[in-house]
Amino acid sequence: MSALFGRSRSVLSRLVGALVVVLGVVTLTFFLARVVSPDPTNLYVSPQADQATRDQVRAMMGLDKPVLEQYVTYLGQLVRGDLGTSFSTGQPVRDDLLSRLPATLELATYSLIIGTLVGVVVGIVGAVRRGGILDHTGRFVTVAGLALPQFFVGLMLLWIFFVVLGIAPGPVGRLPVGLVDPPQTTGFVVIDALLSGQWAVAGAALQQLALPLITLAFAIFAPIARTVRTAMLEALDADYVRTATAMGLPQRTIHYRYALKNVLLPVLTMLAGVIGFAFSGAVLVEGVFAWPGIGQYALDAIQQSDFAAIQGFVLYAAVLYVVVYLLLDLLYARVDPRVRL
Amino acid sequence: MSVALAEGNLLDVVDYRGGFRGPDGEVTEVLAGVSFGLRRSTLTAVVGETGSGKSLTALSVLGVQPRGFVRTGGRMLFDGEDLFAGGPRSFERVRGNRISLVFQDARAALNPVFTVGHQLIDVCRAHRRLGRKEAEQVVLDMLERVRIPDPLRRMRQYPHEFSGGMAQRVMLAMALVSEPELLVLDEPTTGLDVTIQADIMDLLVELISSSGLTACLITHDLGVVAQTCQDVVVMRSGTVREIATCEELFTAPRDEYTRDLLAASRLVEAR
Ligand SMILES: Nc1ncnc2c1ncn2[C@@H]1O[C@H](COP(=O)(O)OP(=O)(O)O)[C@@H](O)[C@H]1O
Ligand SMILES: [Mg+2]
Repeated sequence: MSALFGRSRSVLSRLVGALVVVLGVVTLTFFLARVVSPDPTNLYVSPQADQATRDQVRAMMGLDKPVLEQYVTYLGQLVRGDLGTSFSTGQPVRDDLLSRLPATLELATYSLIIGTLVGVVVGIVGAVRRGGILDHTGRFVTVAGLALPQFFVGLMLLWIFFVVLGIAPGPVGRLPVGLVDPPQTTGFVVIDALLSGQWAVAGAALQQLALPLITLAFAIFAPIARTVRTAMLEALDADYVRTATAMGLPQRTIHYRYALKNVLLPVLTMLAGVIGFAFSGAVLVEGVFAWPGIGQYALDAIQQSDFAAIQGFVLYAAVLYVVVYLLLDLLYARVDPRVRL
Repeated sequence: MSVALAEGNLLDVVDYRGGFRGPDGEVTEVLAGVSFGLRRSTLTAVVGETGSGKSLTALSVLGVQPRGFVRTGGRMLFDGEDLFAGGPRSFERVRGNRISLVFQDARAALNPVFTVGHQLIDVCRAHRRLGRKEAEQVVLDMLERVRIPDPLRRMRQYPHEFSGGMAQRVMLAMALVSEPELLVLDEPTTGLDVTIQADIMDLLVELISSSGLTACLITHDLGVVAQTCQDVVVMRSGTVREIATCEELFTAPRDEYTRDLLAASRLVEAR
């Protein structure tokens, strides 16, 4: 997406571009949802209902008007910050999203930190020890992470640790059934529980978190590790590394400052994509573990032809990606002196 | 051909052989027994057509051959000590410290994401026990010695902000800042504008002669050789074809290939 904005244009034109992208995505989703989704009225009236009842429900849902008129109405709402009302929850979509955001943020933040750290270390070690046993092991695990679908990894983990070994809790969300959420300060259950001194709740929350965290972190680790390894290998073969070696700089300096700073550039780009993916609710991971986050909400919305909810999710994801890539461009210019904004 | 190991040479390359391992695992020899010596405080030229093994030999002096290069034999005697005998450590001891290398494409040889000053100070401090401030001053003086205008501002710039000639001066400063005994220059002016080439050569000769350095200049330019060098090594296809003093070489070349080389250059017409 960075290419879409170009690296040389001003911040203002980037912002305009970003707005256009978001509007385009919203528009596309609006019409696509209405074309491909089954008629939502069928989900909300009983199959025996007569035509009059159906029409009444359609009118209530605002689906009786021409599609273009619905679209204009929707845009009008958006401008006022109103994302519409969910058919299935009956709540404003904005409130729904906000209430589900903490679950996604908690899972995504931990997974991003762990997945990125492990990915960077494995990538660097693999490149520095090219062809060694550590490199081969790292590459094997990386390929597995790239090739295996996330829901499959999640289900396998559940099967092994929940079903067979019985050491992990089942996929019932952020807390086991019967436990009450700690008072909300950060929205991260583990931290909130610790803050209020509820050690048992914190422990239970950590256990619930373990498997989805590993699944998502694994999905994040793999592309990062591959990017780091490739970029590091390229850097180690670069002329400037040969110069630094010939000039007698210590190997530590060469690997971890001279090469690594060049590696940072491709890794930042990859990281932006991964951040977008994780914070938009890693739909499949949340689905497998019944994690009550944004991704789960989107999954439900799609199944129920919940138009406003689908659009709300896509809008959130689009804004998220656009913001992340804008930040990426700014960061990129800070790391690479050849790039000017 | 054989060379007598002259007593007191700073560097002796003795029957140095090596090549690249092909996909079949066989090593194709591209250096087929290179032997020459560098007299102390002397500027020696290495000439020869492209692909004759000049760069590989130069890189080997510091043990920074390209990946895939395999040494199949020979010795590299620096100040009497065989660098290959001591393992990687002996190269690490001399790199940038007692031997410095100036690369052909200076802009590509510098790290794009660090300022020039940062890189110079790193090299300086890797070899001399200096604080940050002192190192900065040493680097600044060195940039002045290689005649970079406005060195304080230049130190804060990145390699891409330098012209080819200016970048080559930076390389030179980097190579000299550790006060080495041997300076190896791999085609330091190739690819630069002709007028800039001359400026850089003048600077080089001045720096080398004023500091009593031993230097090895790899070059295409026989004109430069005639004007500046004392000894000449002629290479072709991974072997040394002729070693002579500059005067001998231009007045009485012994090897047929040397004569071809001289004939092909414009120098002969001038004669
Ligand atoms: N990285 C490499 N891989 C394979 N062959 C190489 C490599 N570098 C150089 N060679 C070969 O080694 C020979 C000598 O190269 P080089 O020392 O660069 O020549 P020169 O500097 O005299 O032009 C050339 O024939 C070249 O093809
Ligand atoms: Mg060369």
